[in-house]
Amino acid sequence: MNIKYILLFAAIAFAISKPGNLIASTGEFTGYIATEMRLFPESPASSQQGDGQVSLSIQPEYFKDWDEGKQSFTFVPYIRLDSMDSQRTHWDIRELTWVKVGENWEVRAGLRKLFWGVAESQHLVDVINQTDLVDSLDGEEKLGQPMVNVSFMGDNGTLDLFLLPYFRERTFPGEKARLRTGLYIDTDQAQYESGAEKEHIDWAVRWFQSLGDWDVGLSHFSGTSRSPTFNMGTDSDGNSVLVPYYALMEQTGIDLQATKGAWLWKLEAITQRSQGDRHQALTGGFEYTFVGVFDSAADMGLISEYLYDDRGESAPTPMESDLMVGMRLALNDEASTDFLVGASIDVNQQNFNVSLEGSRRIKEDWKLSIEGRIFIDPPKEDPIYSMRRDSFVQLELARYF
Amino acid sequence: MKPYKQTIILALSLMLLPLSGFAQTPAEKGLAIAKEIDKRDEGFGDSTAELTMTLKNKAGRESYRYIRFKTLEVKGDGDKSLSIFDKPRDIKGTAMLTFSHPIAQDDQWMFLPALKRVKRISSRNKSGPFMGSEFAFEDLGSQEVAKYHYKWMLDEKYNGLDCFVLERRPAYEYSGYTRQVVWVDKEEYRIQQVEYYDRKNSLLKTQTFGNYKQYLDKYWRPGHMDMINHQTGKSTKLLWNNYKFRVGLKESNFNRNSLKRAR
Repeated sequence: MNIKYILLFAAIAFAISKPGNLIASTGEFTGYIATEMRLFPESPASSQQGDGQVSLSIQPEYFKDWDEGKQSFTFVPYIRLDSMDSQRTHWDIRELTWVKVGENWEVRAGLRKLFWGVAESQHLVDVINQTDLVDSLDGEEKLGQPMVNVSFMGDNGTLDLFLLPYFRERTFPGEKARLRTGLYIDTDQAQYESGAEKEHIDWAVRWFQSLGDWDVGLSHFSGTSRSPTFNMGTDSDGNSVLVPYYALMEQTGIDLQATKGAWLWKLEAITQRSQGDRHQALTGGFEYTFVGVFDSAADMGLISEYLYDDRGESAPTPMESDLMVGMRLALNDEASTDFLVGASIDVNQQNFNVSLEGSRRIKEDWKLSIEGRIFIDPPKEDPIYSMRRDSFVQLELARYF
Repeated sequence: MKPYKQTIILALSLMLLPLSGFAQTPAEKGLAIAKEIDKRDEGFGDSTAELTMTLKNKAGRESYRYIRFKTLEVKGDGDKSLSIFDKPRDIKGTAMLTFSHPIAQDDQWMFLPALKRVKRISSRNKSGPFMGSEFAFEDLGSQEVAKYHYKWMLDEKYNGLDCFVLERRPAYEYSGYTRQVVWVDKEEYRIQQVEYYDRKNSLLKTQTFGNYKQYLDKYWRPGHMDMINHQTGKSTKLLWNNYKFRVGLKESNFNRNSLKRAR
């Protein structure tokens, strides 16, 4: 993380927030500390890689509002220490935000995290925040993005304008880590299409509206793609490595959800122009919930989504024509126990992988989570081939404060 | 002279109608009581309140939830509400936005703070437990007259108060109940007790209300609500605090943007 720019941006957000207000009376201090253990039953594909890892993560949160709640300041630093992967030992500022709320507008400035879209299996339209891939393979963990965002609310929906003055690179597992590409990704050599590199100013606009049973979002992003492609290179020791290349892109997206009884119908579609080529991709599917299953208070949701990318097998994503099926089970008990089991099947190559997630609260302030993933015979051409021996099970125990 | 007399009798009986139920069928009388309950709650505008829930399992072990509610009265439709979860701590910052409707399904969105994600959720089934408690979503939702079919059953004393006893049957197809029996005091039309009968028409739960206080010289709110599940032996106590009325909430406090920064 380039500290200079992040700190400069943070300082500006902090200054607008009038530090006097922050010190004058105390705000709210919350967060969590968690230990995680990952075990890989199979021996690694490369002798450099380990068999298991233990890590510790801390994410405190400070929040303060004033001006009758019309202004607020949020600070969420994050740090993880990992026993196996030096790249996974990292810190970030997830949020450092000043917000001012008007009658039908809001201004939000600083480092922020946000989410666009409706799908579960992948998030095509969600392109503002960079993925913190070392944290979690599912891509749901995000790095704080420096931005200025103005939001206008009206009867015709909400319009958000974004100015994104600084780029964050994707994090990738290090050489000794599991769940990585065959050749190590050398993030130190990252290349950019834009001459301004990380300082290219990106912008985005999003409109969304709820119309009865329908929730609709339209968005456009112009700037450096958060998803890199890779070029072959060599590191300082002469080893072959993959070098991330961040191209510029123009992406227009739509996300739609129809909520009809117990059915949720979902669609996300994008069209993207990058390096002289245009391509389309979509995710579409449904979620249906059965309530009170097995004569209990539990809910069971069935999820299915189809993922398509018109670049086919050459797409730099493992999801070019895949089917995801999943089942969510929420016990609705005092401990909020829930499970999500999912399988993703490559329609053309007939390989699939299975994932399991579960969690429950222990006492008042603890939460135990389990996650597992099984990769079943990915073919050599598939981007996840390198993870063929990296099926794992992971336990996390978090204490909230 | 005769027509004049008739008019007086008619006028008198009309005046007495909602109270005495003279010449009313039990269904008409039940509906009239429900309308009176609703009428007495009209015009509160907006309100906020804090809730502590104590969940007790069969073994007597307790767990807690802290939730804040913001409500906006909507004329001619169900209320809009925002629920903000403070505890347990692992779900702190989670918030739910509900646009309730008397008969149609509610519109409901949930904000998940860890992912910063707003999800539109299916609100068809409101019979599931609210936060793992013995209260179902429908027990805590906006109580509109049109949500039930009513029948007055009898008058009796409850906790020393003269009460109407009503039966109400959910008009909503996906309710978890066949019927509810409701005790309402005659003096102030406050609900004192509700018995819930499950889909098999067996007594499932009993909810009691207590420590009522009047706000703005008009609106009565209970200080606590206790729910006992007779079938599981579990119970949930709700303690309501800090009721405030007409705090200046507007439509703009009840949208997806305000949901995201509700805390």
